[in-house]
Amino acid sequence: MSDPTVGVAERQVDLAVVGAGPAGLSAAVVAAENGLTVALVDASPQAGGQYWRHPDERHLDSYARPESTGHHHWPHFRDLRTRLSRAVDAGRVLHLAGRQVWQVLRPEGAPFALRMTPTAGRDASAPADRVVHADRLVIATGAYDRQLPVPGWTLPGVMAAGGVQALYKANQVVAGRRAVVAGTGPFLLSVAAGLADAGVEVVAVCEANALSRWAATPLRATQEPGKLLEGVGYARTFLRDRIPYRTRTIVTEVRGRGRAESVVTARVDGAGRVRPGTERELEADLVAFGWGFTPQLELAVNLGLDTRIDVDESLVVRVDDAQRTSLPGVYAAGETTGIGGAVQSCAEGELAALTAVADAAATAPAERSRRLARRIRRGRRFAIGMHRASPVPRAWSDWVRPDTIVCRCEEVDAAAIAETVTGLDADDPRDVRVTARPGMGWCQGRVCGFAVSKLTAEHSGCAWTREQLEPLQKRPIGVPLRLSDVAELDIEGRITP
Amino acid sequence: MSPTDPRAELRFDGTPVPFVPGQSIGAALMANGISSWRTTRVEGRPRGLFCGIGVCFDCLVTVDGQRSQRACVTPAHPGQDVRSADPSTPLPLPGAADE
Repeated sequence: MSDPTVGVAERQVDLAVVGAGPAGLSAAVVAAENGLTVALVDASPQAGGQYWRHPDERHLDSYARPESTGHHHWPHFRDLRTRLSRAVDAGRVLHLAGRQVWQVLRPEGAPFALRMTPTAGRDASAPADRVVHADRLVIATGAYDRQLPVPGWTLPGVMAAGGVQALYKANQVVAGRRAVVAGTGPFLLSVAAGLADAGVEVVAVCEANALSRWAATPLRATQEPGKLLEGVGYARTFLRDRIPYRTRTIVTEVRGRGRAESVVTARVDGAGRVRPGTERELEADLVAFGWGFTPQLELAVNLGLDTRIDVDESLVVRVDDAQRTSLPGVYAAGETTGIGGAVQSCAEGELAALTAVADAAATAPAERSRRLARRIRRGRRFAIGMHRASPVPRAWSDWVRPDTIVCRCEEVDAAAIAETVTGLDADDPRDVRVTARPGMGWCQGRVCGFAVSKLTAEHSGCAWTREQLEPLQKRPIGVPLRLSDVAELDIEGRITP
Repeated sequence: MSPTDPRAELRFDGTPVPFVPGQSIGAALMANGISSWRTTRVEGRPRGLFCGIGVCFDCLVTVDGQRSQRACVTPAHPGQDVRSADPSTPLPLPGAADE
């Protein structure tokens, strides 16, 4: 674990990997073991990503459950962690922890330049030193919870499902006493089971879709026996703790003064339309929402990589069957290529590394690459089944009222978005963004981007295309940074010494 | 959920808040029943942790004088001075410190 306050000297490596979750960690380790020098840049102080989030390794004695709190594939992480520290000790991997890449430059004929800023606090090094040069690049930046606005979702006590999980995985803190977990997809099960294990009373898990959707793709589900076993484990926890699991049920409103105190749930039909008379109010001080995931694409979109819309309607990076993107020397792995889970991410990270090794004219084991490619194709088939079983309901915008806040940062409500499209003739999400200003605040549309695009498409009749989605993902400065860092750049975009 | 080290304590708007070493500022506040710590610029609404992983910027705090730090990704340290000051409050003008 490196200390983000220690300066980073300017480095030149064969391969830079952005993100140290399952995909990036696998890529960095495998690339190093096959002869490349690697820089692994990661926002967290320690490797593992969101999936293997765990308490600070320097203080494990302080925690009731050291390291693993309900993690799947934990031994695999331990193995990767051991191999990473071996590679770091041997000088083959430079682990730049606690740093975020805010820009990747691609000077003609020169290596990629990755500019970094500390995730938290200040960095002792000068901006000019916070750069890594790399001949090749693996983008493994992962994903975060996809959100849909609903009345009351800005109240404290309402959190992204993944955030609730991150809080108990890494900090062993639960965000409330009585919880409702709502949205769609198998991830809700994991969050609810984790909360129950931590002693929280889970009063309802509201899954918007019917489980019968899984039955429509039985072959896809059986492709991944490991996933089925995980499901059986959750079912056992749900039975033991008597957690009510309600399908075709949504949260239509969160109520409370100053923080969440209750939710209103309702039954919906197959399209997501509320069935009148089915509303119920449940007391809850914690509401966890998850509607699938949004891949983190700032660097990918800014590099101009080809994208596509995945089965879950997310914008993802287009890769070939060896994890190459449309830009030579750039590879993508993990959730950025389509949400598929940790096992899939590890395989993609490993394959991206082997492809980079081969492209660098070093020797990569070809049979291992072929095996990984087969494994990834199988995982993708499973993911397609999962996405088809857990779609965002077509009629979700019916749940939004005119005064429902859509953009949390700039506090833009649904009426303002509708008025911008129908009254001011804004006809794509970018128009709406610059006119009504949703997505123009701190998070730059990371949270509301999906909803804004969807609402715009609905009001304008525009199709759901990558051309519509990309403008909302375009953030030339990938993460907020100090103005002084920008001030030190000269007009050609180089860092002034 | 876990034993609290009584020596580890930060200050939140001047009030001591204990935490377990390795926790984030956001986790320390939540563990002590503090669920919101800033208000929004337009409507003055309370906000605390939302995404929990550094994406949404709802949980901003001032840490040892550094504004706009994300409580969810900033590690807690003993003696840290955490303030709920609204990030939209204008910075004082140079030389205006005495006013």
